[in-house]
Parts: sequence; C-alpha cells; structure tokens
Amino acid sequence: MIDPLFLAEAALNGLLLGGVLALLALGLNLIFGVIDIVWIAYLDLVMICMYAVYFIVQVHGWPIWVGGLASVALGAVLGLGVHLLIITPILTSAPVNQLLATGGLLFFLQSFATFLWTTDHRSVRLTLPRLELFDMPISVARLVAFVLAIVVMIGLYLFLTRTYIGTAIRAVSQDREAMALMGANPQRVYLVTSAVGGAIAGVAAALLIIQYAVHPFFGAAFGPLTFMICVLGGLGNMVGAFVASFIMSEVIAVSGVIWSTEMGYVIAFVVFIVMIFVRPGGILARRG
Amino acid sequence: MGARTLGLVLLAVVAVAPFVPMGGMREYTIHVLVQIFIWSFIGGAWSLMGRFGLTSLGHGAFLGIGAYTTTLLWNFFGLTPWLGGIAAVVVTAVFAVIVAYPCSRFQVVGHYFALVTLAVGEVVRLLIIAERDWTGGSLGLTVKPAGHDGLLALQFADKRVFYYGALALWLAGLYVWSRVDRSMARSAMEAIGEDETAAASVGIHVTRFKVGITVLSAVLTAIGGIAYAQYISYVNPDTLAGIGVSLRIVFAVVLGGMYSMLGPTVGTALTIALAEYLRVLFGLKFIGMAETIYGLLLILFIIFLPAGIYGSVRQLVRRRRPAPVAA
Repeated sequence: MIDPLFLAEAALNGLLLGGVLALLALGLNLIFGVIDIVWIAYLDLVMICMYAVYFIVQVHGWPIWVGGLASVALGAVLGLGVHLLIITPILTSAPVNQLLATGGLLFFLQSFATFLWTTDHRSVRLTLPRLELFDMPISVARLVAFVLAIVVMIGLYLFLTRTYIGTAIRAVSQDREAMALMGANPQRVYLVTSAVGGAIAGVAAALLIIQYAVHPFFGAAFGPLTFMICVLGGLGNMVGAFVASFIMSEVIAVSGVIWSTEMGYVIAFVVFIVMIFVRPGGILARRG
Repeated sequence: MGARTLGLVLLAVVAVAPFVPMGGMREYTIHVLVQIFIWSFIGGAWSLMGRFGLTSLGHGAFLGIGAYTTTLLWNFFGLTPWLGGIAAVVVTAVFAVIVAYPCSRFQVVGHYFALVTLAVGEVVRLLIIAERDWTGGSLGLTVKPAGHDGLLALQFADKRVFYYGALALWLAGLYVWSRVDRSMARSAMEAIGEDETAAASVGIHVTRFKVGITVLSAVLTAIGGIAYAQYISYVNPDTLAGIGVSLRIVFAVVLGGMYSMLGPTVGTALTIALAEYLRVLFGLKFIGMAETIYGLLLILFIIFLPAGIYGSVRQLVRRRRPAPVAA
C-alpha cells in the first residue's frame, strides 16, 4: 500500500504540471484553430528553446529571466520561420502532407539537436528556497512554473479578447473565408498567430527547463501527451484543453507514483480512449 | 513492350537476383532488398487506410504488437512463430478495433485521427519500455536462436530464404491491395473519405467499413512486423513502435504515391536507399547528421512533390500520351 502522503504529493505535483501542459495545449490549439494545421513538431520547438535557456543560464551564467525572455523571443522567431518556410507552401495541400511536413521538421530538429549537443541530459540548476505544506515538500520551481503559466494564459486571453489583432485571430478561427471577405489580411493573422504560438512554446520551455532535464528526445516525452489533451479538450477548444490538461496531468502524476512514469502514460492513454467513448466531441462539448 | 511484359521481366530479374554473382556485395544487396520488400509490404498496408483519408501516424503500434507478441511467445514459451503469429494477429486485430471503433463511431477524423493514432504508437512504445522485465525495455530483445535452420522456428542462416519469403510477402501485399482496389469496399470507403454524413445517408455502414479497413491494415502491418523481427532476429521499441518508425512508413508511402499499387514500393525503395546511402556516407562520424538530412529532404519532398514521385511521373506520362480508350 502506498502512503497517502505520497499520493497527495503526487496529486499536487500533477496539479502544478497541469499548468504548463495547459499552456502547451493552448499554443498548439491556437495554431490549429487559426491555420487548421497541427504542428507535430511543436514540442520539438520547445526542446530547442529549452536548450537556449540552458546555454544562456547554465553555461554563460546569465540570470534566469534573461534566459526566459530569450527563449520567448527565439520561440516567436521559430514560429515565424516554421510558418513562412514550411506551412505557407503547403497551406492548401492534403492533410497527410501537412502532417508529414511538420513530422519531417520533428525528425530534423531531433537529429540536429543530437548532432549538435549529443543525447546527454542537461538541466538548469537554480537555488530556490524549499517550501512545505502539511509535511509535503513543494517544489518551488514547479510552483513558479504553474503561476507563470496561469499568468501567461490570462495574458493570452486578454490579447485575444481586447486587441484588434486578437479579435481578428478569433474571427479567422471561426470562419477563414469570411474573414478575407471582410477585408482582413489572413496572411498577417497567420503570421501573428504563428509568432504567438511560437512564443508560448518559448514560455513553456523556460518553465520546463527549471523542472526537467532537456535532451533531443524531450519532445517525444511530452508531445503525445499534449496531442491527447488537445483531442480530449476538442481541437481548437481552449477551455476544453485547459480542463483536459489537469485531468491528464493528475492521471500521469498519480499513476506515475503508483507504477512507473511510462505506465503513467499508458494509463493516461486508457483514460483518453474511455473519454472519447464517453464524451466524443471533447469534454466540454454539448451533447448533440 | 506492354506493361504486363515489362512487369514479368522485372519479376524474373527479381527472382534470380540472389544468384547473380556480386562477390562480397551479395549479402549486403540481399539484405537491402529484403528490407525493401518487407517495408514496402508494410507501406502498402498503411496505404490501404491512408488512401481513404484515414491518416494514421501510429502504425508503429501494430508493428510493435505483432513483433513483440511473436517474439515473447517464442522466447518464453517456445511457441513457433507460426502459431505466435496467429496470436499476434488476433491481438493486433482486437487492439485495432479498440482504437478504430471509438474513432469512427464518434467521427474522430482528419487531424484528430492523426493525433490519436500518433499517441497510440507512442503508448505502445512506452508500454514495451514499461514492461522491461519481459521485453528488455529500451535495450530491446533478441529472438532466441533455435540453433538450427528450421521452418518451424522461422530462422534461417541463408539470407536467400528470407529473400524469397519477403518477396512472396510483398506479392501477397500487392494482391490484397488490388483486391481492395477492385472491391465494393473501395467505393464505399472513397465515399466515406469524401463526406461521412453523405455516405451514411446513402446507406453505407460507415463504422463497419472504417473499422474493417483499419483492422485489415493493422493486421497486415503486424505480419510485416513479425517478418521483420524474424529476419533481424532482434526487436527494439524504438525501431518497431513509436513515432519515428510510424512517420517513416508514412513518408515512404507519400513519397511514392499512395493512390497507386506500386507507389508504396517505389517510395520505400527510395527511402531505404537514401537511408542506407546516408548511413554509409556518415558511418559513425557525425551522429545524427544522416537523420538530419533525412528530415530536411522529407520536408523538401512534401513541399515540392506533393503527389509523390511515382504519382508525379505517372501524371507526366499520362499528359504526354493520350489516355487509352476504354481504360
């Protein structure tokens, strides 16, 4: 029998992880909602940004906030690059081609990272105070990551609802053709969305590197989880993905403690399949 | 020379290839050809679904289940791969239904379907790693040698036996492909691929067809996985499950062209040739460089040859030559 305290600690860690997962799902959803293409390599962009933070903070000794800002900027640039170089030429191709092109990017980023930085695990070590809650140690790094993830999500919400370009982004995700007819420039909306989506990847990278070591296959560890969350929440549905993130992160964290990390993913997948049965349109879909 | 004659000549060349004196290169050539046959068969199995808009990015799951079921049954219980293969096919079919039924029942299509299958492939990989006590985890598992050649153990020292086995498998795959191509199911699946609701409204049983084609595709993929495991006599979660191998299969098929019978074969032959060339070129230096170039070429091919090589060439030939009457 597992100590209830361990389970409570796992549940708390799951909750904290849920914030970052929600951020990742949000970025992926934003891009899918507007451009209608899933970036299979989204988590690999996160991996590249994590390396950037590692080199800036751990190798060159800059403070962590510099690394974080650089990561956000790099993410935005990568997002723009992906859109201009890969997505733009295949915007009207068959879905399988679109998926494969970003899948090719996944191969490219993973192996190029292996080539440049080998498969060593690298982490950023920060000296943070320890916190305790009812005898449970709380990782301050995770707490900070959680709070920042929530803050960024609120910021994104305000951006999407209170600014002109944010409104345009929401309009495009509702009706692509009508938006062009109304005189808005879809290409500009696409570019802003890709940059914002990339920047979110950069934020997530900065929040992940203080909790996990980075290696070239980091994307493979979090990618499928993020995809499951997006499908579970309903692709393009931000609130659904938010709820799904916490469900999945709890499943992973708790079953990870009871069995093993890999088994946690397997259980999460079983939950996922069951959820598709129960709520096919996503967890927040209305029954039709 | 008609297409039929050309085909027969090619087949004759393929049939005698293992006996052509090539000196030291013979083993290697046979090895590459066996791989091309097996992966073409797997690519063909994928295209059975892919051509109807069911884009699976998780066929590695079926490869892994097939290969590992057979290998584990052989290693731990000494069960011949023939019976183990049947067990693997049953397990794969059940697994395919578990995935395909909710997906088609609740209209998980397009990008959703791709993401779900991608997760499926990764989860099977993680399950194999998690059960490391039997499966050897990420270190993989060697198929226990039988000590002697035998049809029962499906192990042969002479690669030529595998060559003809793989050739037969490949031809069987082409046969299944053409049967599906000429069947009623093809029309039904094409209608479903275009518009599910419209297909259902004219009386097509959407779920039955979708689950059916998924099971067929999954089972053939599992058989391909078993064949590959027997040939290499080693199974590894990274080469037989997960996103890497799944994407490689899809890439080969899309590169060749998924709407023609020989498209997957052409694509597989090219990608394997490319991978072998890059492997030999870089050897153990610059680890990761071969894969980097592979990924880069993948992106470039998708952007500049969206119909695939075989498909593009065929379009070109069609345009040059007036279409035959009553084709």
